[in-house]
Amino acid sequence: MAIVSALQNQLIQLQLFEEYSWIFNLLFYVIFVVFIFYGQRIQMYVMLREVEGSLYKLKYIKDEGRKIAIETIKEIGKPQTDPTGRVDRFLEYFTIAPQSLDPAGVVWKLEHILDVRDVRFKDEVKLMAPAADETQAYNLENTLEAAMALNYIYKIIRHFYLLGKKTLSLYIIMQIQMILPLIMREAEAYASALKAFAYGQPIGDGAGALVAAKLMYGYETRKMPKDCVVATVPIEGRTAFVIKAEGPGGNVGKIGDAVKAIIDENEGKIAAIIMIDAAMKLEGEEVGEVAEGVGAAIGGPGVDQFKIEESILKYRIPINAVIVREDIGDAVSPMRKEIFDSADKAIDRIKQVILERTKEGDKVIIAGVGNSIGIGQ
Amino acid sequence: MSKTPQNATTRISTFVLLIIFLTLALSLTALILATTFFGQDNKIIAGYLLLIGFIGVALSTYVLFQIRKRVLRLRIELPPIVTTIECRKCGFKIVREFQRGDYIFKKGELCQKCNENMLITAIYREVKEKEKTAP
Ligand SMILES: [Zn+2]
Repeated sequence: MAIVSALQNQLIQLQLFEEYSWIFNLLFYVIFVVFIFYGQRIQMYVMLREVEGSLYKLKYIKDEGRKIAIETIKEIGKPQTDPTGRVDRFLEYFTIAPQSLDPAGVVWKLEHILDVRDVRFKDEVKLMAPAADETQAYNLENTLEAAMALNYIYKIIRHFYLLGKKTLSLYIIMQIQMILPLIMREAEAYASALKAFAYGQPIGDGAGALVAAKLMYGYETRKMPKDCVVATVPIEGRTAFVIKAEGPGGNVGKIGDAVKAIIDENEGKIAAIIMIDAAMKLEGEEVGEVAEGVGAAIGGPGVDQFKIEESILKYRIPINAVIVREDIGDAVSPMRKEIFDSADKAIDRIKQVILERTKEGDKVIIAGVGNSIGIGQ
Repeated sequence: MSKTPQNATTRISTFVLLIIFLTLALSLTALILATTFFGQDNKIIAGYLLLIGFIGVALSTYVLFQIRKRVLRLRIELPPIVTTIECRKCGFKIVREFQRGDYIFKKGELCQKCNENMLITAIYREVKEKEKTAP
C-alpha cells in the first residue's frame, strides 16, 4: 500500500498529470473498494481455474489409460468383437466394503467380498481377451484396475469442481485445491503403473518379491494357496521356506494363507518369520534404503496381515520385517535401479537377522511381499 | 498419442497464445516509441512508455513460459527400461531395451559364446534425479 501511495504522490507532482490527478485518485479508491468486497471471490476464481487445469490433465491421463488398456486387450487378447464397450463398463465397476458396525469377523467378510471381486475380474478379462495366457490375463487385469483407479480419481475431482462452481462455496473449492498436488502425484503414478502393467514390467512394489525370487532361484518350487509359490532353501545352516506370489504375472497372492499353511505343516516349529516388503518413504529419505523392524510387513486391505498375526500368535513365533523404502510414484512405476540394487542389501540384512535371531538347524519363513509382475522364480 | 491432445487444453492455449503475442507486440512498440520520445527530449512520456513496455514484455514472456511448462508436463514420459541378460557359465552379458514378454529369471536366448541358455537377471529403469538435499 505504501508503494502505491508513494507512486500516486509522484503522479500528482508531475506537471503533465496535474489536472487529471483526480482520475487516478478515484481509480485507486475504486480498486481498493473492489478488493475489499470481492477479494475472496477473486481468490475463489483463481482456485477454480487451478482445479480446472488439473482436471484437464486428469482427463487426458484417464483417456490415455483407457486407450492403452483397449489397445493392449486388442493386441494380446485378440477378441472377436470390439472390447471398448466392455472396458467402459468395467471402468465403472465398484466394490462395497462390508459393514463394520459390529466388527467381529469383518475380516472374513472382507476377504469373501475381495474373492468375489477377484473371480469376477478374472472372468471379465477372460471374456475380453480370450487369447491371453495366464500371465497375460493377470497383467491385463492389473492394467484395467489402474485404468479404473484413474477413472475414479477423475470423477471425484470433477465432482468437487462442478460442485464448487455450482455452489460458489469457498470451502468446497478450497478443500479440493489444497489436496490437489497429492492427488495429481497419485494419478501420475497410476498412469505409469498402467503402462508397466500393460507391458509386464516389474514395478517398485515388487521389491519384496524380487528378494524372494533371488533367494529361491535354482531351488525346487511348489505352489501354495492362493497364487503363491514356496521353495525350501538352505541358508546359513538353517532351513528357510521362501514364499512369494507366483510370477511373472501381475499378482500379489495370498501370502497370509501361504504363511499359515507352512506354519501348520511344521506344527508351529518355526524359529522366526522374516517379511520383506516395499514401504512408503518420507520425503528426504533415500530411495531403496533398507530398514529393519518387527511386525507383519504387508500392505493391502489388511486381510493378509490379520491372518499372519493370528497364526503367529497361536505358536508365539517372533516376526521380523525388512523394508525397502520408496515413494508412491516409485512403488507403482517400473522398478528403479536403486530399488533393484537394494535387493542384495536386503538379502544381506535377512542373513544377518537369521544369524542373530536363530540357531543352526532351525526353520525360518521368509516371505517376499509384493506384486510379482515381471518377476519369475 | 498424437490424437488425444487435440482437446480443449490445446484449443485454449492457442487463444491465449494470440493474446500473449498481441501484448508482446504492443509492448515492443511502446519501447520503440519510448526511444523516439527520448530523442524529442520528452522524458516523462518516454519514461512511462518504457515502464509500460517493460511490464508488458515481462508479463507476456512469463505467461508464455508457464504455458510451455504445462504442455511439457502433460506428456507422460517413459524412461527407457533396460533388460540385462547374462550367461551363467561364461559371464557374457547383453544389455538391451525391454521387450514385451521379458521377466526376471526368464531363460531365453542362447549364449553367443558357448551356446548355453542365458538368463534375464535384471529389468530396471534408470532415473537421473535432480539432487535436492535437505539439512
Ligand atoms: Zn556363455
